[in-house]
Order: sequence, then C-alpha cells, then structure tokens
Amino acid sequence: MSYLSIRDLEVRLKGGGRLLRRVSLDVARGEVHGLVGESGAGKSMIGKAVLGTLPRSVEIVSGQILLDGTDLLAMHPAARRRLIGATCALIPQDPLTALNPAHRVGPQITDRLVDILRWPRAKAEARARELLAEVQIAEPERVMRCYPHELSGGMRQRILIASAFAAEPKLIVADEPTTALDVTVQKQILKLIQAMQERHGTALLFVTHDLGVVSKICQRLSVLYAGMVVEDTDVRTFFRAPQHPYSRALLAATPKYTDPTHSLTPVPEAVIATVRAEVAEADRRAGA
Amino acid sequence: MTEIYRVEGLHLSLADMTRKPLLGAAPRIEILKGLDFTIPRGAVMGIVGGSGSGKSTLGRALVRLLEPSSGSIRFEGTDITHLGEAALRPLRRRFQMIFQDPMSSLNPRHRVGGIIAAPLRLHGFDDVAARVDRALDHVGLPRGFAARYPHELSGGQRQRVGIARAIALEPEFILADEIVSGLDVSSQAQVLNLLGGLVRDLGLTLAFISHDLSVIRRLCSRVIVLYQGRIVEDRETAALFADPQAAYTRELLDAIPLPDPDQPWT
Repeated sequence: MSYLSIRDLEVRLKGGGRLLRRVSLDVARGEVHGLVGESGAGKSMIGKAVLGTLPRSVEIVSGQILLDGTDLLAMHPAARRRLIGATCALIPQDPLTALNPAHRVGPQITDRLVDILRWPRAKAEARARELLAEVQIAEPERVMRCYPHELSGGMRQRILIASAFAAEPKLIVADEPTTALDVTVQKQILKLIQAMQERHGTALLFVTHDLGVVSKICQRLSVLYAGMVVEDTDVRTFFRAPQHPYSRALLAATPKYTDPTHSLTPVPEAVIATVRAEVAEADRRAGA
Repeated sequence: MTEIYRVEGLHLSLADMTRKPLLGAAPRIEILKGLDFTIPRGAVMGIVGGSGSGKSTLGRALVRLLEPSSGSIRFEGTDITHLGEAALRPLRRRFQMIFQDPMSSLNPRHRVGGIIAAPLRLHGFDDVAARVDRALDHVGLPRGFAARYPHELSGGQRQRVGIARAIALEPEFILADEIVSGLDVSSQAQVLNLLGGLVRDLGLTLAFISHDLSVIRRLCSRVIVLYQGRIVEDRETAALFADPQAAYTRELLDAIPLPDPDQPWT
C-alpha cells in the first residue's frame, strides 16, 4: 500500500481561482515520485499541502491527503502538526536561506529533535554527528560549530539532507534540492539523497523542473500543467513513450547535449492550446 | 582583423572581504590566473565552468566592469585593460551585457520602454522611440509592451527585454551571463533560438557564459572551459563534444543528467 496517497486534492486562492485541480497521486514506501512541470504549475504547492505549510492566501477546498491511511485533512490541526512533524521532513531548494545565518549549524539540526521529538540533547547531538558522517562530511564535530556562511553550497545542502533524515521520517518532500548547485555538485547530492533514501526506506516526493534529474532518481512521476496532473506514469514508460502531447513537448524542450538537434525545442503553441482546453474542460465539469 | 577580442596573460584578483582585518588591507584572492584566448568576430563563444571557476569574473573583465591586475585585453585592437571610465564611455556602447536575473537587472519602477530607452539617451542616440520599437520587434515582443512594468511580464519575456536593451545600442559584442538558467525549459529554448537568430541577422559576436553544456552545444561555435581560474580547454564546439581533452571537461559532461533512464550515471 502506498504511504502517501493524495486524492482529488483541490486548492484555491482564497476567493479566487483554482491552483490545484483534483490532484491525485500515490507514493509507496521506499519510492521516489517526481513532480515536474513549468514554474507556476503547482509542483511546490503539492509538497506544501502535504507538509501543511501552504501560505495563508490559499486554502484546501476538498480532497484527501492520506498518510499511511490517516487523512491529514480530517484531523485536528494540532494533532496534524504533531503527526507531520514526527513523520515528514523537507529538503528545501535554497540551502542558504533555509539555514539561519546567525546560528551555528549543529543546533539547527538538533533543535528539531530536542524541541519537537523531546529527545535528550546528548542523544540528539550524537545523532547529528552520525548523520553528518553519513552525508560524507569529513569532520562532523567541526562543521557543527560552523556558521552557514563558512560552508560551500554543496556542504550546506548536505547539512539540510542530514537534518531532513535526522528523525527517521517516513516521507520526505524535496523541493528542487539541487537547482542552486552546479552540475558536478548536483550529481554528488542526488547520489547522496538516493543512497540515504534507499538505506532508510523513505518515501520521497521530488519536486523538480529537470527531466534529466527525474530520469536518474525517480521511479514514478506526475507531469503538471496549471495545477492539473496531465500524466502519471512510471519513469521508463514516460521516457520511452510519453502519452500526453504536453509531456512529449516538455521532453523535446529538455536540453540534451548528445542530441542538440532534437532538444531545446519550445513547447508548440498547439500543444499549449490542447492542454489549456483540457484545463478549461476540467473546470467546466467541476462547475468552477 | 578577424578577432574582436584578444586576451593575453589575464590575471585578476579581488579583495577577500571575509578575511579583512579590522585595520589594514584585505588579502587578495586570485580569481583569474593567466588566461590567453581570442574571440573571433561573429563567433558565439561559450564560457563554461563550475561555480567559483571565474567565468563571471572573466565576463566582467571583458566588458570592463572589473579591472584586471595584469595582462591585457584588446577590444578591436584597442587596449582596454586599464582604460579610465571617461575613455571607456564611448566604447561601452559597443560591448553590451545581458544579465542573469532579469528581475534584479530591470528597474521594477520603470516601464519597459523607459528601460530600453535609457542607455540610448545616455549614448546620445536620436529617434529613441523608433529604436525602442525596433528593438522590441527584434526580440519578438509586441510594441505595446513598452508601456508595461517588468512585474507584468513572464520570466522569458523579461529576459527578452534584457536582450532588447542590449541590442538597441547596435553593439558589436554582447556578453550574456547565465541568461537562461532561471527559465523553464520551454522559455529557455525560445530565448536561445532568439539569440541565435539575432547573432546571425545583426552580425553580432556573443560570449555566452553558462554552466550547462547542453545549452552551450546548442548555441555556441567555440567553447572555453574554465577550472579554478585557468583555461583547461579552448576548442570548436563539435570537436570538444566529440572528444573532450581535459579531465575536467569529461567530468562536467559525465555529471549532466540526460533525460534518459538508461544513461549510465555513476
């Protein structure tokens, strides 16, 4: 059974238009599920809805978010926050803004364990050292005493990965975790996330706009356009025979240095028109 | 003369403010460590490298936003290495720059028309309004966009405004620093197609800084690979991709995740 199951999730701008259009998807334990689409397609919005960090200006109108069979949206908010805090974690996009520049990195890893999970500080610190070693940081002791600005982008992202895995979460949302890094560091970080995820058997919801990254790390993916899932399939099928014309166009737009003539093709107007018509049709049926 | 830029023995160091003592001068970090290359007229020169390799610093030295510490940069035969601001002013029209982040390089309080017109006025062009219209035509934006503010445009459209501002001055050389890295793949493709077309139609020479070798392959005729402030490879694009010589180029290529689940990626 899938660990995370999103059913017909409908998110709107308060008093405004639809942001997610009846989104459904499933992520099994130990599975990596990619969310792809252009900016504004609603990829990050899904991650935020799961983690309960949606901005105040939007609201969940209907649908279910089942975490191991429990509907988060039917829970009391305080109980929901406790459950999410104990079972889920986030790997954010920008490792510089996600770390507090005024605090050393050690406490930023351990505070969550101490404050939310009520671990003794010594146990939390031992756990942090262990995790920093696991993300291949050579001198965990020294790094824990560093401030974020003393570390490179790759190091900071490793720390956030260690921090995400600290409390043995069952589900991690990774929101464009390598977009700010250069290709060689990106590769190391992706390999690291993959190794950690496999070792810990974590379900991973991986938000990215890079289909190259999806092909390396995900088993399944959902392609989004205007908050609507246009295709949800396994990675192999997607890259061999994408079904939706928008998926095909997105694939043709992806840079591919081995085949320069068949890459970086803009999404054709006709395809945009097709997918827009589908969105309009979905809105009409929803009576919106 | 077939080359627009000739760079010899270029060194550039900057003050390291994070290690500056309370009193006294900050220690210097050497960013560029002796670069020699030429940019042929009409070329689309790709400059690649990882973060911290010095690619943006090199770009900024070429358009003399930074002053080299030693070596020389000749633009169209003129030595611009240590020229003062007054002597540079007339040359500035001839080498233009397009910036990475159009959100921070376009003034949010000015309309698109004003943004494109400002450098035209500065350099004393006449017929400013007509030139703004022509620049918008070149980048495929409706003329009506002149009345809009940057926040009313999409990322791809904003980057077109950045391009329009640069080409309006009819420069000979344009430096584009990571101009598509913030865009979606589809807008990326559109901006690259546009840029390739403009280079051809307007007879421009372009230096295109990017960390993405796939984008470089699509657009550039020649590539310089930088690693820790040194050139490790400088070759025709096709030759570089067919048979990369430097170990670092190989490493960069191998790190690119191709959209193909069967690509070995270890």
